[in-house]
Amino acid sequence: MRSRASLFGGIAAIAATFVVFVIPFLFIILMAFKDKQQSALRDFSWPNGFHLFENLYEVIKTRNWMMITAFINSSLITVVSVTLLIVLAAMVGFVLARRKTKWNGLIEFLILAGLMIPPAVVPTIWLLQGLKLFGTLHGMILIQVAYNLPFSIILYRAFIATIPRELDEAAVIDGARPLDVFFRIILPLLWPVTVTNIVVQSVGIFNDFTNPLYYLPGNQNATVQLTLYNFQSQFSTAYNLLFTNILLITIPPLIVFMFFNRQIVAGMTAGAVKG
Amino acid sequence: MTASAVPALKIQRRSLYPGWFYAPAAVVYSVLFLAPTLASLYFSLTRWTLFDATFIGFDNFAQFFREPFLIQGLVNTVIYAVITSGLKVVVGMMLAVMLTSQIMARGYLRSVIFFPVLVSTIGVGMTFTVLMHPTLGMINQSLALIGIKGPGWLVDPKLALFSVALVDVWKGVGLATVIYIAGLVAIPKDYYEAARIDGATKLQNFFYVTLPLSRPATATVITLSFIGGLRTFDLIWAMTKGGPGFASDTVASVIYKQYQAGFYGLSTAGNVVLFILIAVLVVPLTMFLNRKQGFE
Repeated sequence: MRSRASLFGGIAAIAATFVVFVIPFLFIILMAFKDKQQSALRDFSWPNGFHLFENLYEVIKTRNWMMITAFINSSLITVVSVTLLIVLAAMVGFVLARRKTKWNGLIEFLILAGLMIPPAVVPTIWLLQGLKLFGTLHGMILIQVAYNLPFSIILYRAFIATIPRELDEAAVIDGARPLDVFFRIILPLLWPVTVTNIVVQSVGIFNDFTNPLYYLPGNQNATVQLTLYNFQSQFSTAYNLLFTNILLITIPPLIVFMFFNRQIVAGMTAGAVKG
Repeated sequence: MTASAVPALKIQRRSLYPGWFYAPAAVVYSVLFLAPTLASLYFSLTRWTLFDATFIGFDNFAQFFREPFLIQGLVNTVIYAVITSGLKVVVGMMLAVMLTSQIMARGYLRSVIFFPVLVSTIGVGMTFTVLMHPTLGMINQSLALIGIKGPGWLVDPKLALFSVALVDVWKGVGLATVIYIAGLVAIPKDYYEAARIDGATKLQNFFYVTLPLSRPATATVITLSFIGGLRTFDLIWAMTKGGPGFASDTVASVIYKQYQAGFYGLSTAGNVVLFILIAVLVVPLTMFLNRKQGFE
């Protein structure tokens, strides 16, 4: 009796989540397979004919192969800023967790402020222009580092607090120089939280739309999120291409999700509970 | 330990945890985040062309609270944050309770609910704009099949903001759910055992054990989604661009529109307003949520 009720409950849950969460993705996939006429109907129907490859070709070569540029730009921004984030945040997290000084309170306050305060957009643009960094990939990378540091520091600090301090002292007694303690003893031990950091921040930076919109104008600087707007102005109703584009930029997060599901959830919940 | 060894260890400890480890992060953070934030306090009081700024006192702020469409943006922001965080708490909690029970296909359910969190917000927004089309959209066509005339989700000024908020919940509830799951599995089984011996029903179990003991998770979900809701820009921009009219404008979309229009001082004042709004609402909220309860 009980198990029958839970069986029905389970089937109902699967059906409901299928309708709410899976059907929108199926819709994206179906639209990406359609030709222009059929996609204009915007209904949930089987594609008549296989048009995915020609849609893909069309999407990639639009606006002088903008998609290729965008993927290169987005990958560069993501890889470089995540690398910088990891080194800088791990260094801060290490000293912050180990050394208690009167500065700790101020630093914690700045971290919380960074998580809460919305960036002041126009003054940042003004400043980037002054530094000759406005509209450059370098500028965008530094912005991503600045905006995402607080979250990474929180992740690292919490993890470093669980590594016993005696380890540092033992290393010194064994003759390690001070910098070796961090770079050769601690940093390798942080690998689990580093993976979490890499995964969570990569997805966030890759999916970021607002910051490139403000700080990285210009076609040669396009990032993948901005390519979605190609088909609204130029083709007005090329729904097959729009959804092929959506499908294309959903693939990287999907791959990350398949391989690092556990780390993502761990990172997002850990960071969230501490923050 | 001899007296002479003490200072030696002290010196060593200092160089073990060198203060300059803060320096690179501090430089990037101060120059690109702190400095513009502080500068915004001044530039919000000016008429500004990026080349020169004329000091005009609180005129920008006065305008913010005089123009009806700017006031609406402010009200919308709060409504949006309340709706999204409220729904994420309720739905996230329900899903988490379901996913921590003995239900089949837990892995599938969890993945499917969480995956939208990782997908591009703009992509989600554009997809749902198509799905929510009043006549051609799949949602209203499905409703028509069972004889319901669906509303004009994004074209009805009364509904547009609410529709965007629903999509926000669709995309973000997975995060709320995993935070709740982490909170629920941390509740010791003894409490449920004791409740069972006392003859508690399932509902009593939920309201007197699960709900109070998952309070830290609730605090996290509310704080996170409330701040996120107040700052929201990309989903609104992808779906309605603040329309129809100004019906779904938020402070963040106003900031962008004023920036595009070249009103840099007013745009920066919008930033300061949003900053104050977050501080005024979120600080008391987190203090309330994290306060010690009487019986603890």
